[in-house]
Amino acid sequence: MEKLLDIRNLRTYFYTEDGVVPAVDGVSFYIKPGETLGVVGESGCGKSVTSISTLRLVPNPPGKIMEGSEIIFEGTDLLKLSEAEMRKIRGNKISMIFQEPMTSLNPVFRIGDQIAEVLLLHQGLNKAEAREKAIEMLKLVGIPRPEKVVDDYPHSLSGGMRQRVMIAMALACNPRLLIADEPTTALDVTVQAQILDLMNDLKKKVNAAVMLITHNLGVVAESCDRVVVMYAGKVVEEGDVYSIFEDPKHPYTVGLLKSMPSAVGGQDKLDSIPGVVPNPLNLPKGCRFAPRCNKAMDICREKQPGLTVLGEERTVRCFLYNREDGVK
Amino acid sequence: MLKYTLKRILQAIPLLIIISILTYLIINLAPGDPTAFFINPEKASRLGPDYVANIKHHLGLDQPLHIRYFKWLGNVLRGDFGESFFEQRSVMSILWEALPNTIILSLVAELIALIVAIPAGIICALKRNSIWDYIFSTISFIGMSLPTFWFGLMLILVFSLKLGWLPTAGMRDNFDAFVFTDRLRHIILPAIVLGMGGMAANMRYMRGAMLEVIRQDYIRTARSKGLSEKVVIVKHALRNALIPIVTMFGFSIPALFSGAAITETIFAWPGVGRIAIEAVFSNDYPLVMGNFMIIAVMTVVGSLVADLLYAVVDPRIKYE
Repeated sequence: MEKLLDIRNLRTYFYTEDGVVPAVDGVSFYIKPGETLGVVGESGCGKSVTSISTLRLVPNPPGKIMEGSEIIFEGTDLLKLSEAEMRKIRGNKISMIFQEPMTSLNPVFRIGDQIAEVLLLHQGLNKAEAREKAIEMLKLVGIPRPEKVVDDYPHSLSGGMRQRVMIAMALACNPRLLIADEPTTALDVTVQAQILDLMNDLKKKVNAAVMLITHNLGVVAESCDRVVVMYAGKVVEEGDVYSIFEDPKHPYTVGLLKSMPSAVGGQDKLDSIPGVVPNPLNLPKGCRFAPRCNKAMDICREKQPGLTVLGEERTVRCFLYNREDGVK
Repeated sequence: MLKYTLKRILQAIPLLIIISILTYLIINLAPGDPTAFFINPEKASRLGPDYVANIKHHLGLDQPLHIRYFKWLGNVLRGDFGESFFEQRSVMSILWEALPNTIILSLVAELIALIVAIPAGIICALKRNSIWDYIFSTISFIGMSLPTFWFGLMLILVFSLKLGWLPTAGMRDNFDAFVFTDRLRHIILPAIVLGMGGMAANMRYMRGAMLEVIRQDYIRTARSKGLSEKVVIVKHALRNALIPIVTMFGFSIPALFSGAAITETIFAWPGVGRIAIEAVFSNDYPLVMGNFMIIAVMTVVGSLVADLLYAVVDPRIKYE
């Protein structure tokens, strides 16, 4: 099957006063048309930076997408496009929703105008048509009384409603790819499921692929077809959602799954992965997970593991599965 | 909003009365005696104390302070601010004549301040820590620190005396007709001097507000929609960053009137500020009171305008 988005060896570094932070360090993965890919990892593992790199919205300075990275979308490398060409893709073919619905809408513009803005820009509609379409989108995302809300300001809506508005805005131009960066993290638990259902529902309607960035494995199980697990700027495991949950390979993935609360298991105490994500300014010499890994061997502290292909669409970056293929 | 405005105006009445009592007290406690000006020493020695008492009575100064105050207040409530001791004219007519001149000067000063401050502040924020940021920031610190009288005199020295480009003082050369270029040439220097402080402050506010706004999530959202950087900055960022500036504008109204006193004196600008200074120095009580009450009203109105403007520019603010 053809790939919609193919990220190859993406490296996004931040040049800070304290040194170079390799937030994303050689990440490769792809998304097929219409599928939902979960990108999972702890805070600071580089998943958000990967998402904003895809839209080329990394603040520069201090951030920089390094030479040799490729982000191929529908056959074109986005990193080779001019800024003007890139703008035609943002909000149109690739759109994005963010973690913070409370602050992601501009407080001084009416909701309808904010949705209409993308339609005026990308679809060449006139003002009246854009307004009609904005109302239609609000109806689609399940906002009650859309004819009234269209003239409201963001502050009069709740977080869940604002995230619905963000989704309406993101889907207004029928994008091929929707990047959702922790779309439910800031919401009440009761609202989270609604928003996820809405996203899953609408992505089918407009036939968009979704890059779902989350640290919540429950969300992944609910929505994703395939999963990419990231740790300290690298992909450590990749596979379809079933095999990741049933048969996790990387000790980090195993740890993540163990630390997930389960409604049925009746555990007394949750497992947790000891330690914290390494300081990106001072990464371990070998495998970046080695200091926290309960299966770490001598080689793990010396050399960085390469990617081992375990099967179709199934890879892992760990010496447990391939002891020879180390890179310095 | 109307109800809120009316409430604020009603609240302002006791405030203004308290201000008037304090001002009245302070002026009358200030050293100096206006009657001295009217006493002819020769007559005084010839006619004795009756003569001086007569003058005092004529000026209304023979009565106790509180009686004088209430008399003054009673007249003011009937719209009569009394007569100036020295100009022998009604305070109102003196101030009405001078007020337009001050308003013109203040508005031009504020306009210059904003026209410079807003773009400069934006550039500073967008090109943070660049050479432009340092240049504008230095200018703004200098502008805030320069004493008005010194800065005014320096401008006169350079642009009027050395270069001879602009007039040193006054509001016009042609007293027969209104000539725009004549007025413009006269207003440039005083307006720059008067606007300097506001410009410097607004530049800093603008820089700070813009720096704050461009870090916001909704700016990232705007970029992710595919908007050009120009639209992101001018529409999405500026509209938010201007909120504190618009509010500051309301508060700067009274500051412009009181700050005009020194500038108007240096440039012999016939406005209320210069009249205030002259009136204070000559203990012209009715004129000082009229003048100060105008500034007090301006301050109250200015802060009301600031609050109302706040609601206009920020949809999150609503007054019940």
